[in-house]
Amino acid sequence: MKKLLILGGGTAGTMVANRLGRELDAEEWQITLVDQDPIHYYQPGFVFVPFGIYKKREEVIKPRKGLFTPNVRFILSDIDLIEPDKNQVRLKKNDTTLSYDFLIIATGTSIQPEETPGLLGDEWHKSIFDFYTADGAFALAHKLRTWEGGHLVLNIVDTPIKCPVAPLEFIFLADWFLHEQGLRDKVEITFATPLPEVFTKPRASAFLGNLLEERRINVETEYLIEEADQEKKVIRSFDGREVPFDLLVTIPLNMGSGVIERSEMGDDLNYVPTEKHTLKHKTFENIFVLGDATDLPTSKAGSVAHFQTESFIHNFLRYIDGMELLPTFDGHSNCYIETGYGKGTLIDFNYDVEPLPGKFPLPGFGPFSLLEESRVDHWGKLMFRWIYWHLLLKGKELPIPVRMSMAGKRL
Amino acid sequence: MATLEMAGTSLELDDDGFLVNRDEWSREVAEELAKADDISLTDRHWEVIEFVRGWYAEKDESPTLRRITKVGGIPTKELYQLFPEGPGKKVARIAGTPKPEGCV
Repeated sequence: MKKLLILGGGTAGTMVANRLGRELDAEEWQITLVDQDPIHYYQPGFVFVPFGIYKKREEVIKPRKGLFTPNVRFILSDIDLIEPDKNQVRLKKNDTTLSYDFLIIATGTSIQPEETPGLLGDEWHKSIFDFYTADGAFALAHKLRTWEGGHLVLNIVDTPIKCPVAPLEFIFLADWFLHEQGLRDKVEITFATPLPEVFTKPRASAFLGNLLEERRINVETEYLIEEADQEKKVIRSFDGREVPFDLLVTIPLNMGSGVIERSEMGDDLNYVPTEKHTLKHKTFENIFVLGDATDLPTSKAGSVAHFQTESFIHNFLRYIDGMELLPTFDGHSNCYIETGYGKGTLIDFNYDVEPLPGKFPLPGFGPFSLLEESRVDHWGKLMFRWIYWHLLLKGKELPIPVRMSMAGKRL
Repeated sequence: MATLEMAGTSLELDDDGFLVNRDEWSREVAEELAKADDISLTDRHWEVIEFVRGWYAEKDESPTLRRITKVGGIPTKELYQLFPEGPGKKVARIAGTPKPEGCV
């Protein structure tokens, strides 16, 4: 019996477990997945929560244990240590040690507000909020229901972050929400980003760059926060720029899992060194890394996890039969961007090709538009929740190509 | 398309002043690129540039300022002094590595 061990049951871990559960012979393979949380969160829905578009926790969570195919064994436990030289993983629960023939690391990334002085403390979830956790998103919804206006500041502490378009979506949805509440004229909105521009890719900038001006969003670029001053109600950057806030929405520093740090397997942000096109660990021949846990220069996003998983499965089935790995993962990413007022847009890109305008997935027809605001793209994101639970996590095929295609794109 | 003229050769630059062909980078090119930002490169600047180039060689992307501080050991405030007004972009431009980018 060969043992395949998967660490992490988020989007990547659940998809790969269910895909392999169907592809591998249950007589020959034992598949085990470990995660410390009994709940699976629908994270793409978090951005809707502050604005009451999703109102209840049930709309963004499900119990994790019902999400796996029968031949995947699920263990609920904290993961203590990976010992790649011994091909084993230590769990906290009952001091268990699990050995493996192959290991898949899908331990994700999460926010670390304690890394920035002044974010946590008395004002946390009172006037300073995150929306990358269910608790943060619902606390912010509660605040916004009775907020009377002032200075709304969104700050990204540093890149890379999970779902890099989410902060922009938040800004667009906030503008729409405040407009609907009749509060927009009483609110100043500032977007403070560590990047040199909000839109760094030329074509995206040409098509979407005017949205911020149209919506009267102030922008601070190359803004690296040093601290939040809860007394003075300002955030302060390393070059001394103070931005006052009444309501601060922070995207705290994102870091990979603590088990990666404890196992000394990550970089400074606990991301695991991964081969760019095969997703194999850079050092260990029987370890693969999927989803947000990698150190790859592509987006940390569910769509990337999906394309990585598809690419990996194909390769893994070759690899266990003694064939070499093919360089099939191209960095493909595909993300909806909510732009507010019932509209959205879609971007599709990879390691080498920036987001381009056009139609997706069918050239000339769509139904989705790339880099243009459309109502259909907004419905696409709303419909995506059903696709996520019923197709994506179950590892069923989606009618979109794994590798990025130029068909339907305009240069 | 903008160009950088030096020692009889002409190097192509993109709209942000970054080298189009990163293989053309050399220490002399870096000195010229820095001049455009009124920066004259000291040993401390070179420490930053060498760290940034090393990171890029390994990770295929430019390091963030936080990483230059945390891994490279150069305090963030000093980065803002060495490369005033937008050190993230300026360091990458002078070091001949890609512009720090988001996904859009």
